[in-house]
Amino acid sequence: MTVGATLETSPERISYLRAGYTLWSWLTTTDHKRIAVLYLYSITAFFFVGGIAAALIRLDLATPGGDLLSNEGYNRAFTLHGVVMVWFFLIPSIPATFGNFLIPLMIGAQDLAFPRINLASWYLYVLAGMFTLYAVVIGGVDTGWTFYTPLSTLFANGYVVSALLAVIVVGFSSIFTGLNFIVTVHKLRCPGMTWSRLPLFVWSLYATAIILVLATPVLTMLLILVCVERVFGIGIFNPDLGGDPLLYQHLFWFYSHPAVYIMVLPAFGVLSELVTAAARKRIFGYWFIAYSSVAIAVIGFLVWGHHMFVAGESMYASAVFSFLSIAVAVPSGIKVYNWIATLYKGSISLDPAFLFAMGFIGLFVIGGLTGLMLAMIAVDVHVHDTYFVVAHFHYIMVGGAVTAFFGALHFWWPKITGRMYNITWGRITAALIFLGFNLTFFPQFILGYLGMPRRYHVYPPEFQVLHVLSSAGASILAVGYLLPFIYLLYSLRHGQPAGPNPWGATGLEWTVPSPPPKQNFAEMPIVTRPPYDYPIRDPMSRE
Amino acid sequence: MSDQPAVHSPYLEAAQQREADFLGMYIFLATEIMLFGGFLAAVYVVRVLHPQEASETAQQLNLWLGSFNTAVLLTSSLSMALAVQLSREAKRRAVVIRLCLTMALGLAFLTIKGVEYYQEYREGLMPFSGGLNPLSKPGEQLFFNFYLVGTSLHALHLMIGIALVSVLAWRVARSETPLPRRAVTVELVGLYWHLIDVVWVFIYPIFYLAR
Repeated sequence: MTVGATLETSPERISYLRAGYTLWSWLTTTDHKRIAVLYLYSITAFFFVGGIAAALIRLDLATPGGDLLSNEGYNRAFTLHGVVMVWFFLIPSIPATFGNFLIPLMIGAQDLAFPRINLASWYLYVLAGMFTLYAVVIGGVDTGWTFYTPLSTLFANGYVVSALLAVIVVGFSSIFTGLNFIVTVHKLRCPGMTWSRLPLFVWSLYATAIILVLATPVLTMLLILVCVERVFGIGIFNPDLGGDPLLYQHLFWFYSHPAVYIMVLPAFGVLSELVTAAARKRIFGYWFIAYSSVAIAVIGFLVWGHHMFVAGESMYASAVFSFLSIAVAVPSGIKVYNWIATLYKGSISLDPAFLFAMGFIGLFVIGGLTGLMLAMIAVDVHVHDTYFVVAHFHYIMVGGAVTAFFGALHFWWPKITGRMYNITWGRITAALIFLGFNLTFFPQFILGYLGMPRRYHVYPPEFQVLHVLSSAGASILAVGYLLPFIYLLYSLRHGQPAGPNPWGATGLEWTVPSPPPKQNFAEMPIVTRPPYDYPIRDPMSRE
Repeated sequence: MSDQPAVHSPYLEAAQQREADFLGMYIFLATEIMLFGGFLAAVYVVRVLHPQEASETAQQLNLWLGSFNTAVLLTSSLSMALAVQLSREAKRRAVVIRLCLTMALGLAFLTIKGVEYYQEYREGLMPFSGGLNPLSKPGEQLFFNFYLVGTSLHALHLMIGIALVSVLAWRVARSETPLPRRAVTVELVGLYWHLIDVVWVFIYPIFYLAR
């Protein structure tokens, strides 16, 4: 720590936070660490926008009559919740913040391959966010996040075009991020950082980036077609003019199913880092974890048809899509087994980040197993478009991806800010989020199984108990999500200096001072040891 | 000025930077292929759903102008390829001439495309053109709309390409893009130009040739 302190005072090793204090210096920065922080601010803002919509939905569902919102208001609330959470929080969440901040640090580079494109991606994100907020302010969108035709082109009353433009523009932001990551991982690894020594977080983001660049353009094109149809009123998907709404669904899910893996693959990467650091052990099955990320990215492109089992898709197509969807469980299962095996006989420390990681594994396994059920055609036909599906994907996206995001936040916060937060509050938060989440979404499995359909806010009174349980859980979850605001922000001013490596973790990012200097590494690091080389042999980086 | 390319952060070597630039461009082109690939897949579906109607609409398109335009665009790619080769040999004047020729052929393509659109408007094929639309059956107008969106999207890419080439020609002429030090810039713009060409090579048969 003394070494870190002396380095920080020398002018060329000044921390990225102190490299300039003006707003202008932040808005024109090309430093990947600052862009990551800009993203962290903006996705947090959108997390709140989406969260407010979720709160409205849950409040409205507390009574069978749907007394809080009108029918149109409810449609607009869940559309806002979906659009914002999918494109403005989940997809950029881990890649654009932690990926941006950590990839260069983890592979021994000074920055991402194209720093200006990186900044451009943030501006595009902000521009797209403006379109979304504009759509909300002038009256909202009522199509659901899927923009299904012909609802979105002919019948919807909301401000669909503005929302479509938002999603098109944020897609370019995703593409820029993905492109940057791929080139960075290929071309900017430091000497000795071979593919077999890449941290698994980098492997998973590499797989994510491949999906980002190959899937997003299809969505861009599709939404351009929807825009054209809605604005000019000419036939593209309109069945009266010979169009095919199912064609829209095929193209939409060709993007949107891989998009699920865009959300959850980075979470897998975070888990591999959290689990090894907590157990102080080498990862079990490095190559299995690395290649399972790539396998999920590849198979993920071939399963989209499972969203259309009841939409008139051919029986043979459904059978193939069902088989391939079940196949995705194999690489996902491999990861879970490997994390558990890594923990076996480890000297585990119950840090907040580790508790989030354990929460992730529990919730992800439930989400994954119910996903297997939904991949079976016979079960899916029964529970299609019910709360069972809603509960399933929330277990993956919120229980999985958001929990991993909070785990990452608690793990790398000392690196990003240089300050330690209150560990006890971190543990309480991890427990609250786990409990609140289960109370919110587990009743929804039962609701769905009993026949409660999605996107309805007036329901039979016998469902009220389960809905009230779910809404009560949501309030606990909300407290869990708000608490970190208090103690993390408090730590900025009052936290203890963290030192370069507060968790005693391996990885190049822990060898530089916290917060890292503007120029990441004083001299080019040279990697000579395998990844996750626990226990740490270098006494300097251990407390 | 040395012949070595300028290396800027985060790169340490010129070769590394050059490879990264190329990889970045290729990935970008891959996104373009997915964009147009998804679109062409949709067109194919429409053709399978409405084979008769699509064929009747395709017969309304001007095959001669479309074919001539294909030749114009392929020739522009030839002149772009020559510019790339000459830029490596540092023949500045020759490069500028080839780039201007590329640009002129691109503009010629757009002009001919505009003439085609105008004809289609006059014949009442376009939406909103009024009068008697010869495309009366459900699938026919739909196929024409796909043609319209596809060729417009392609024309938009071509406009971006022309803008890029014009800036490049200006900079090469004023030695702001010194050759052969920044020959890589010419090559990267060339790659984008060729992709626009390749996209047309797929658009042309699916709308004009398969009648």
